[in-house]
Amino acid sequence: MSTATTSSPANRAVVPATTSSRATRVLGWLTLAGFAVLVALAFAWVPEDTRITEQGDVVGQFDAVRLMFVHVPSAILAYTGFGLTFLASLAYLRWRTDWWDIMAHSSAEIGVVFGVLTLVTGSIWGRPTWQTWWEWGDVRLVTALVLVLVFIGYLAVRRIPADAAVKARRSAVIALVGAVNIVIVNRSVDWWENRTLHQESTLLARKIRDETLFTLSFSFAVGMALFAWLLLHRFRTAYLESQIEELEVQEALAERRAEADWADHERGQP
Amino acid sequence: MTHVGYLIAGWSISVGTVLAYAGWVLWRGRSLSRRVPENRRRWMMPDD
Repeated sequence: MSTATTSSPANRAVVPATTSSRATRVLGWLTLAGFAVLVALAFAWVPEDTRITEQGDVVGQFDAVRLMFVHVPSAILAYTGFGLTFLASLAYLRWRTDWWDIMAHSSAEIGVVFGVLTLVTGSIWGRPTWQTWWEWGDVRLVTALVLVLVFIGYLAVRRIPADAAVKARRSAVIALVGAVNIVIVNRSVDWWENRTLHQESTLLARKIRDETLFTLSFSFAVGMALFAWLLLHRFRTAYLESQIEELEVQEALAERRAEADWADHERGQP
Repeated sequence: MTHVGYLIAGWSISVGTVLAYAGWVLWRGRSLSRRVPENRRRWMMPDD
């Protein structure tokens, strides 16, 4: 592990130059171990998805069902990221503290990563299941795409140079508006059931085998641990970014003051 | 096993993306940490 030692007196403890802490290390190892168990469960324990019709034909998703354990947790983590961005943005507009703005930024970025993964893995799963990679007329697919695009826009707006408070305020407003789509995406399979290939929630309807249900629940737990680990590191990184911005502003102000003092000195003013 | 290509694609893209993102966050955190004074990295307690 690299450490920042240059400015530390010899008798002071060394502060590591990293965003890791004991908590993130424990969480990281637990997540890795959980992922190893998830792979074992998904490929060695869960049976393939098959049903026998009244005519005696064997139908189902077969082994493609194992894509569920990456697609569904990705969707849950995307919802979590965007939902947290919504709450943090609401809190920012109420209390106007950097902490909430950094939280909103960090969770939105993680939400976008998992949102993109949801679309990609959904497309890959859709090909053997629905015989298509994508359907533009499908309400669930298109609303999910719009949700991800809105939050990519959110991240883009945050990169537009502006005063920190202005940037935080306008991105918070975008998050509040964009998050409305979370509900629409989630409920679309029920509201427009005739306009989507996507199945309704199999988890709530208990339409899947016990082994599959257990492994899916386990994948949520591993996913949440991963989300927490990513959020801790991303939050700390965003916090460091804000600290550097603040330091740069302070340095620039000090330089301007020094220039002004020098100019006064040159003019013979006190 | 059926649909092997789809399974490999779905799982490897997911794992690869998460690993790449996590690696980028860690790398950026380390490089930024070196530019910020210790007293401003307030969550970090000395390693034991």
